[in-house]
Amino acid sequence: MTSGSAAAPAHGHGHETAPHPRLMHHFDSLEQQKESSTLGMWTFLVTEIMFFGGLFLLYTVYRLQNPQAFAAASRELDVPLGLINTFVLIGSSFTMALGVHAAALGKRRAVVVWLLATVLLGSAFLGVKVVEYQHKFAHHLVPGPSFAPEHIEPELRRGAEVYFSLYFAMTGLHATHMILGIPVLLVLALLAHRGYFDRRYNTPIELFGLYWHFVDIVWIFLFPLLYLIDPRGH
Amino acid sequence: MSDHIVPFKTYLGVFVALMILTFVTYAAAYENFGSHTLNVAIALGIAVTKATLVVLFFMHVKYSPRMVAVFVVVGFAWLALMIVGILTDYWTRGWIGQ
Repeated sequence: MTSGSAAAPAHGHGHETAPHPRLMHHFDSLEQQKESSTLGMWTFLVTEIMFFGGLFLLYTVYRLQNPQAFAAASRELDVPLGLINTFVLIGSSFTMALGVHAAALGKRRAVVVWLLATVLLGSAFLGVKVVEYQHKFAHHLVPGPSFAPEHIEPELRRGAEVYFSLYFAMTGLHATHMILGIPVLLVLALLAHRGYFDRRYNTPIELFGLYWHFVDIVWIFLFPLLYLIDPRGH
Repeated sequence: MSDHIVPFKTYLGVFVALMILTFVTYAAAYENFGSHTLNVAIALGIAVTKATLVVLFFMHVKYSPRMVAVFVVVGFAWLALMIVGILTDYWTRGWIGQ
């Protein structure tokens, strides 16, 4: 299959003995195929930037219109849990990066281990999110007829309800991305375990890494914007 | 394309930097810098720095073909254009009646 692939040249103009089994016939080389795939993935991620971007724009406009209500509503969130979850998610980005690293080195077992570690950390993040959401339901912080925050002055409640609408929309869309990502990670881990990838062909792992890191970036902005508006109070 | 393999040390360094910056974001939110706008600017500055680290190193854009970098920059530029463009309206709307 790929005997001696370590010494394989980056750009194959030459007559290679047998084409790599994962090389599609409409590409000249694995490198060209990978470059094309990477650009395609980034094109998708640009649409994701605009997808989340619309919500960030809404957030900005409503926060400028209701600064005090947003600050008061933000104080209802559990900052320590948010901070821990930020560490957990950055940790999962790190294990993902190490999975991609191991794939580039052709270390099959390490790839499986790092991908599963990413699944574990991603699941931990979602678990904390479940606890947080439960708290919001229990304390009547979910927008709608039962919205009745105890600690927020009546004149700020309308704005606080807008804040929580955005809180659930943004963290919900973010969590949805992770919920969709975890099964893909499991499939990639299974394929890696079965030897589907090698050091010359591991594009799916690398591209999934891009997706996972993108989700991490979204949270890097969500954490300060949702949890840390004015935690001291006044 | 990138036959370049990013060394483990680079990943570790970026990870540690991201963790420290996360803690700085948290600590800075409790500090009083004199104006609330400054707090927002610091929080967003740190977030942009973290995002840039992730894009360049974890997402390999530093080691990818130029065309990938063009796609990334254009994506974020369009987002900035959308937000700035809309805010020129919303942010300044209240100024008129005063």
